[in-house]
Amino acid sequence: MSLLPLAAAGSQTSLWMFLAFVSATLVITWYSARKSSGASAYFAAGRRITGWQNGLAVAGDYMSAASFLGIAGMIAMNGYDGFMYSVGFLVAYLTVLFIVAEPLRNAGKYTMADVLAYRLNPRPVRAAASLSTLTVSIFYMIAQMVGAGVLVRQLIPGVSYELAVIGVGILMVIYVVFGGMLATTWVQIIKAVLLMGGSILLSILVLQRYDFDLGKFFSSLTAITSTTADGQSVTRNFLTPGLIFKNPWDQISLGMALLLGTAGLPHILIRFYTVPDAKTARASVVWAMIIIGLFYIMTTFFGFGAASLLGPDHIAANGGTNMAAPELARFLGGEIFFAFICAVAFATILAVVAGLTISASTSFAHDFFVNVLHHGREQKAGEEVRVARITAFVVGALAIVIAIILGPSVNVAFLVGLAFAVAASANLPVMIFSLYWKRFNTAGAVTGLLVGLSSSIILILVSPDFMKEPLFPLKNPALVSVPLGFLGAWLGTILSKEKPDEAKFTELMVRANTGLGAEKASAH
Amino acid sequence: MSSPHEDKDYTPTVGSQTDIAPLGRSGPKPEHERTADEDIDPVQWSRIADDADFKALVRRKLRLIVPATAFFIIYYFLLPIGVGWFPGLMEKKVWGAVNLAYAYALSQFFMAWILAGIYVAAAGGWDRSEHALLRKFGVEHR
Repeated sequence: MSLLPLAAAGSQTSLWMFLAFVSATLVITWYSARKSSGASAYFAAGRRITGWQNGLAVAGDYMSAASFLGIAGMIAMNGYDGFMYSVGFLVAYLTVLFIVAEPLRNAGKYTMADVLAYRLNPRPVRAAASLSTLTVSIFYMIAQMVGAGVLVRQLIPGVSYELAVIGVGILMVIYVVFGGMLATTWVQIIKAVLLMGGSILLSILVLQRYDFDLGKFFSSLTAITSTTADGQSVTRNFLTPGLIFKNPWDQISLGMALLLGTAGLPHILIRFYTVPDAKTARASVVWAMIIIGLFYIMTTFFGFGAASLLGPDHIAANGGTNMAAPELARFLGGEIFFAFICAVAFATILAVVAGLTISASTSFAHDFFVNVLHHGREQKAGEEVRVARITAFVVGALAIVIAIILGPSVNVAFLVGLAFAVAASANLPVMIFSLYWKRFNTAGAVTGLLVGLSSSIILILVSPDFMKEPLFPLKNPALVSVPLGFLGAWLGTILSKEKPDEAKFTELMVRANTGLGAEKASAH
Repeated sequence: MSSPHEDKDYTPTVGSQTDIAPLGRSGPKPEHERTADEDIDPVQWSRIADDADFKALVRRKLRLIVPATAFFIIYYFLLPIGVGWFPGLMEKKVWGAVNLAYAYALSQFFMAWILAGIYVAAAGGWDRSEHALLRKFGVEHR
């Protein structure tokens, strides 16, 4: 039986693999929906996820299609510079481990704003934090959705951009609305296992071509021939830096966004509420660092491997940058392996957008609806979860519509950079001051969040991605917007007459450092 | 701030006078349902915060976290700085075809893992001090 009579055998196989993955995740969703009830189950999977499970889930939440296909493609087309991206994505987890994971788990409940608002006037801080969370999650989600539409169209001929976007959108809404955090977690765990499996296999097959001799592998990269836009043939050493990135300040600004932004990404932070205690949160960061680190080291093999074995010209002629890893898989392992890598890419996208959906809906329901509008009290039992479900539905619909309006040809890479920049400039400064600076107050938190958020957005709007003659020369605003975020938080504090609540600060210090009174895991 | 079933417990109670489930709860919530702001034993936070052992614990944490953070930020930014402004140095071969740029980028992964390992080892000691501290105040949380 053939679902798509015109499609090649490879895409037939990848279609079946997609369907297998989707069915497995739907079964998990059904199981989670049956099992869980109550807010802590819905928002935090009952806080009963183990360290290694959460480590895998964090990795699955974090490693997007942009990492897998985008970085592999950048390395395959232009060599070393792509690998520099890989480095920042891992080192960023030291910020998560050292500064945020444990205090967050100890002092918070469901969202990042729980910690930010702890000792301050909760309503304005939560409103601002929720705005920043929704901005980060929705920008990032739109980037993923457009990417998903383009990819699925390339991976399975016959499926249009619109159909792919709608399909991904519906699936992520189903996971989140019915399965909550438990289903999202398991989708992310399965994705991480598939992604690691695919990457390891791909790397081994590449190295096999060089008789597992690393010296031989790297030597093959010193002379890669490709054709330039004006038809000339050039041979370049792909290990040489600077083949695409010309302005070092761009790299520094991007590095700052990655290093400080990862610890302010709401969809990553809420993962630490799914484990029983801070010690497990710490263990899960370490698990995530092992997995994420191994993955990004392997981009060496399949990125450079694609450059050396296929060559940039072949990749450009067969789907372009994003198809470097799948094309390499086809070359090394035939149609079945190609189909498998395509299915892995699809799983990668779904796991990330599901994480973003639940972080947006949790923040709206918990921060904005219950705590800002209703002063921290549910009007009716179960309202918080119900609002979150409705929000997930609305966010999903919104993301589908925006992704379709933007269309497949729009460049959305800047949206990912923007999400990291907002997280680094708005969320992280306020988080750090909130935990460590006694004098910090509500005015400072709100100013910091709003200055970080607006300066990131404004600087992106006048950057080279938007203007022919940019007013701001860097692609990523973090180099300027992060200091502005800190400055805003500091100035807002010292310029207001508001007295900090010292007793509450003392309480937060003790809670964050000892875990006393932290939210417990639910018993079953 | 409340869990959905806080106010109403729909579970029928054996031996209740009617078949209708009691509204509201008798007795305190079980421990796992309590939220952070509903601790039954109100803790004197400032007594713990003023305790010398607590202050020492916080100082010990910061003594590792602050320099380690400064170190990894400097170590990381030396990569784009080196590649951007000292390309001649970074293109020096260090092993076969592998140049310093790649070797240094790769070393960042091991730097991150090693720092994480050091942190976890130190945190094991902090956990022990934390338990001792909480025991001293009779509020051990598990």
